[in-house]
Amino acid sequence: MDFLADINNAVPEATLAGFGLIGLLLGAIGGDRISGLLRILAAAALVAASVLTFYQFQHPGAADGISAFASPIAPDGLYRVTLFTLFAKGVTYALAALALFMSGGFLKTAQMERYEYPLLITFASLGAGMMLSANDLMTLYVGIETMSLSSYVLAAFRRDSIKSAEAGLKYFVLGALASGLLLYGSSLIYGFTGGTGYSVIAAAPVSIGLIFGLVFVICGLAFKASAAPFHIWTPDVYEGAPAPVVAFFSTAPKIAAVGLLGHVLFVAFGPHISSWQQILGIIAAASMLVGAFGALLQNSIKRILAYSSISNVGFALIGIAAGAEKGAAAVLVYMTLYVIATLGMFGGVLALRRGGKAIDSISDLNGLVKQKPGMALGLLVLIFSVAGIPPAAGFWGKLQVFQAGISADLLWLVLVGALASVISLGYYLRLVWAMFIKPPGEALDKTDASVGIIVFVTAILMFPVLTITIQMLLETAARASGG
Amino acid sequence: MAGLPILSILTYTPLVGALTILAFRIMAGANVASTASKGIALITSIIALVVSLVALSAFDANKVGYQFLESVPWFGGSSYKLGVDGMSIALIVLTTALTPLCVLQSATSIKDRLAEYMICFLVLEALMIGVFCALDLVLFYVFFEGGLIPMFLIIGVWGGKNKFYAAFKFFLYTLLGSLLLLIALIYMGITAGTTDVVVLQNGLNPVTGALLFPPEVQTWLWLAFFASFAVKLPMVPVHTWLPDAHVEAPTAGSVVLAAVMLKMGGYGFLRFSLPMFPEASQLFQPLMFTLSVVAIVYASLIAFRQTDIKKLVAYSSIAHMGFVTLGIFAFNEIGIQGAIFQMISHGVISGALFFCVGVIYDRMHTREIAFYGGLVHRMPVYAALFMLFSMANVGLPGTSGFIGEILTMVGGFQASTWAAAGAALGVIFSAVYMLTLYRRVVFGEMTNEKLFDIKDVTALEFFILGLLAIMALTFGVFPGLIFDLTKGSTLEILRMIGQ
Repeated sequence: MDFLADINNAVPEATLAGFGLIGLLLGAIGGDRISGLLRILAAAALVAASVLTFYQFQHPGAADGISAFASPIAPDGLYRVTLFTLFAKGVTYALAALALFMSGGFLKTAQMERYEYPLLITFASLGAGMMLSANDLMTLYVGIETMSLSSYVLAAFRRDSIKSAEAGLKYFVLGALASGLLLYGSSLIYGFTGGTGYSVIAAAPVSIGLIFGLVFVICGLAFKASAAPFHIWTPDVYEGAPAPVVAFFSTAPKIAAVGLLGHVLFVAFGPHISSWQQILGIIAAASMLVGAFGALLQNSIKRILAYSSISNVGFALIGIAAGAEKGAAAVLVYMTLYVIATLGMFGGVLALRRGGKAIDSISDLNGLVKQKPGMALGLLVLIFSVAGIPPAAGFWGKLQVFQAGISADLLWLVLVGALASVISLGYYLRLVWAMFIKPPGEALDKTDASVGIIVFVTAILMFPVLTITIQMLLETAARASGG
Repeated sequence: MAGLPILSILTYTPLVGALTILAFRIMAGANVASTASKGIALITSIIALVVSLVALSAFDANKVGYQFLESVPWFGGSSYKLGVDGMSIALIVLTTALTPLCVLQSATSIKDRLAEYMICFLVLEALMIGVFCALDLVLFYVFFEGGLIPMFLIIGVWGGKNKFYAAFKFFLYTLLGSLLLLIALIYMGITAGTTDVVVLQNGLNPVTGALLFPPEVQTWLWLAFFASFAVKLPMVPVHTWLPDAHVEAPTAGSVVLAAVMLKMGGYGFLRFSLPMFPEASQLFQPLMFTLSVVAIVYASLIAFRQTDIKKLVAYSSIAHMGFVTLGIFAFNEIGIQGAIFQMISHGVISGALFFCVGVIYDRMHTREIAFYGGLVHRMPVYAALFMLFSMANVGLPGTSGFIGEILTMVGGFQASTWAAAGAALGVIFSAVYMLTLYRRVVFGEMTNEKLFDIKDVTALEFFILGLLAIMALTFGVFPGLIFDLTKGSTLEILRMIGQ
C-alpha cells in the first residue's frame, strides 16, 4: 500500500494536526499576545480543511470509500473516507471556522484572549474529523477522545468563573463515564467478533455478546450527541461554559457526533439493523420529548437552547433509526440545516450583553426588536428555522426526517416528533414573544460586527436562499448517502 | 397574458411591498417608516387587487381544470406549481379586495409600530394568496403554515390585554392540526412519488394506473387532513382558539382572520379531502353533518350568551362555517356551490361586522355590550350600516347571507333531512342573537354618559363599510356573479367524488 495514497485520504486532518502543532509552538513563544493572529490562522486552517474535504467529496476515488493505513491486523484499513463522512466532515470544519470567527469580540471583552483557545477548537475539530473517518473502533475511540478532551478544557476555559469550572468538571466526569462505556462495548464486540474493524463487525453473526457491546457503544455515542437519556450534562455545561464555546459545542461537534452515530450504525452494524432500530427509535423519541418538555419552564436562555439541541438531535435520530438507505440523506440534511441555523441563533443570542454582562434569562431579551431590529429579525428567522416552521429552511430538514421515518414504517416515531414540535414551539414562541412583544429593558451593549455578520448570513441562508435552492442540498446529501 | 407568471406576480407583490417598508424601517428609522408604510402598503395592496382583477378578467370560467399554470420542478417529487380554478380565484379576489380596506383601517387605528404592522400584514396577504394558488401539497403546506407567523405577531404585538394566551393558543392549536396534515402528505408523497395536487386528485398512480389509496388508507389520510382543516375552519369541538384570537386581535387582524383564514379550512376540504379521498369523505358524511349541525346550533346558543361584541361575532362565525361544511358534505352541486358562496359571503359580512365593532371600539375602547346603548341617536349612519350587516348575517333575502344559507340548506336537505332541519334551527337562533345584539347596542335610551359625545362614522369608515355593503347587496341580488365562476370547479369536484 502506497503510504502517500494513505496520507492523501487524511489530508484535511493532517492539515489541522500540522497547524495545531505549529500553533502550539508559536503560542509557546509568542504567548497570549498572538492569540488574535492564531485565531485567524486557525479559522483559515479550518476553512482549508473544509475546502479540501469538499474537494475530496467532489472528486471521490474509484470505490465508494477508500480505506487507508491497512496492516495485517486491520486488512480493511483504520481510516476510511466515504461520501457520507466527507460531507459531515466538511460541514463540521466549516462550522468550527465560523464559530471561531465570531468568538473574537467575546473573548476580548471577557478578557479570555489566550492562545490556547483557537488551538483547542482546532484539536476538537481534528478529533471530530478523525472519529468520522474511522474504519475501526480503535481509531474511533482515539478521535472521540481527542475531541472530548479538548471540549472539557474548552468548557472550563473561563478559569475565574466557578460555573465554568463546574461545567468543565461535570462534562469531564460524565464524559469519562461515557468513554468507558464505549470502550467496554468495543471490547465486548472485539471479544465476540474477533476484530475491531467495521467490516469484521458487519460480517460477524449476531450474538448476545455483540448486541451487548452494540448497546454500550450506542450509549457512549448517544452521550456525545447529547441524546436522552444521556443528556443530563447538556444544560449544565451549556449554562456554565463561555458563550462562544457553547456556540461551538452546539454546532460542529454536534453534527460530527450525530454523523458518527449514523456512520457506525450504518456501516459497522448495518446488517444488524433489527437489533438497534428499536433502541434508536426510543432514544430519538425520548430526546424529542425531553427536549420539548424540559425547556418549557426554564428561564435561562442557555438552558433553553440546550434543551432545544437535545430535541433537535432527537429529530435527526429519526433519520438514523430509519436505516442507511432511507435515512442517511435525511440525517445530513437535517443536521446541516440545524447547525447553520443554530450557529446564528446561539451566537446571536449569546453575544448580547447588557452593561458588560452577558444576558441570561429570557426577560433580558425583552424588546430586542426596538433596540436591534435587524438582529431581532434575523433571530426570528433562525428560531423558526430551528423550530421547523416553513418557510424557514429548517422545515425541509424536518420534512426529510419525517419522510425517512414514514418510509421505514416508524410512524409512531414521526407522531411523537409532531407532538414534540408543537410542545417545543411553546418555548420558541416565548423567545419570539420576549424579543418582539415585551417592552424593552435597559439598553444593550453594542454587539460585535462578526456576530452581526453571522446572524445576517445564516438568516439569509435559512430564508430565502436554502428555501429556494433546497434541491441542491438534497441532491448533495443524497449523493453523500450513497457512499 | 400568455407566458406571464401572473399568479407568482400576484403572490409576491405584497412581499415586495413588505420588503420596501422593511428597507425604510432600517434605513430611515421608525418615524419616517411609519408614515411611508401607510402609502406603500396601500399602493401595494391596490396593485395586488388590480393584478387579481386582471387575472379574474382573463380567467375563462367555461374551461375545465386549472388555469394560469406555472410549474417549476423543486425537489424530490415536489414542484413549485401554481394554478387557479373558479373557486380559488374567487377567494383570491376576496383576499386582495379586503386587504386594502384593512390597510386603510389600520393606518388610522394602529398607533404603535405601524411600519412593522404593515410588514406583517403584507406578508400575511402574500401567504394567503399563495395558499389559494398552490397546486402542490408541500407548497400549499408552506404557505398554509407560514401564515401562522405573521398572524401570531399581529395578535401578539397589537392585540388586547389577554394577547399572550390568545396568540399562543392560536399558534399551537393550528400547528398541531397542521403537523398531522404534514405527516399525511409525506405519506402520500412517498406512495404516489409526487405531491402534485392534480395527480393526487386523479387518485391513480401516474405510472401503473392503479388506485393510489385504498379506502382503508383513505380513512386515515382523511382524518389527518380533517384535523388540520377542522381546526382552521374551525369546527366544534376544536373551535375554542377562535373566540380568543378574535377578541384579542386588532380590528384588521380579526377581519382577515374571519374573512380569509377561516376559509382555508373550507377550501382545504374542497380542494383536497373530497377529490383525493372520495370513499372516506362519503364514509364520514354523517360525522361531518353532525358536527356541522352541532356547530350551527351550539355556537349560536353560546353567541347569545356573550357580553363582548367581538366574541359574539366570533361565535357567529363558527355557526356560519357550520353551513359551509354542511354544504360541502352534501355532495351535490347546489350544496357545494352554496358552500363556496357562503365562504365568500361570510368573508364580506363577517369582515364588515368586525369593522363595525372596530368603529366603536376605536372610540370607546371597550367591546362590552352593556356599555353601549342608544347609539342610533348619535350615530345614525353607523346604525344603518350596522343594521344592514346584521341583517345580512342573519340571512335576510336580498343580502348575500341569504343565498349562502339557503343553498347549503337545500343541498343538505337532499342529503339528509335531519341535518337541514338542525341547520334551519340555527338560522332562527342567529336572528335571535344578532337582533338582540343590535337592539342592545344601537336602540334604546342612551344612558351611559361617556357615550354622549360619540361621533358618527368618519368618511374613511363610511367608505370601507359602504364598499362592503355594496358587495353584500350585489352578491345577494346577483349571486350568478359567483356561481358562474365557481360552477366549473364544483362540477369537477363532483366528478372526482363520483357523484
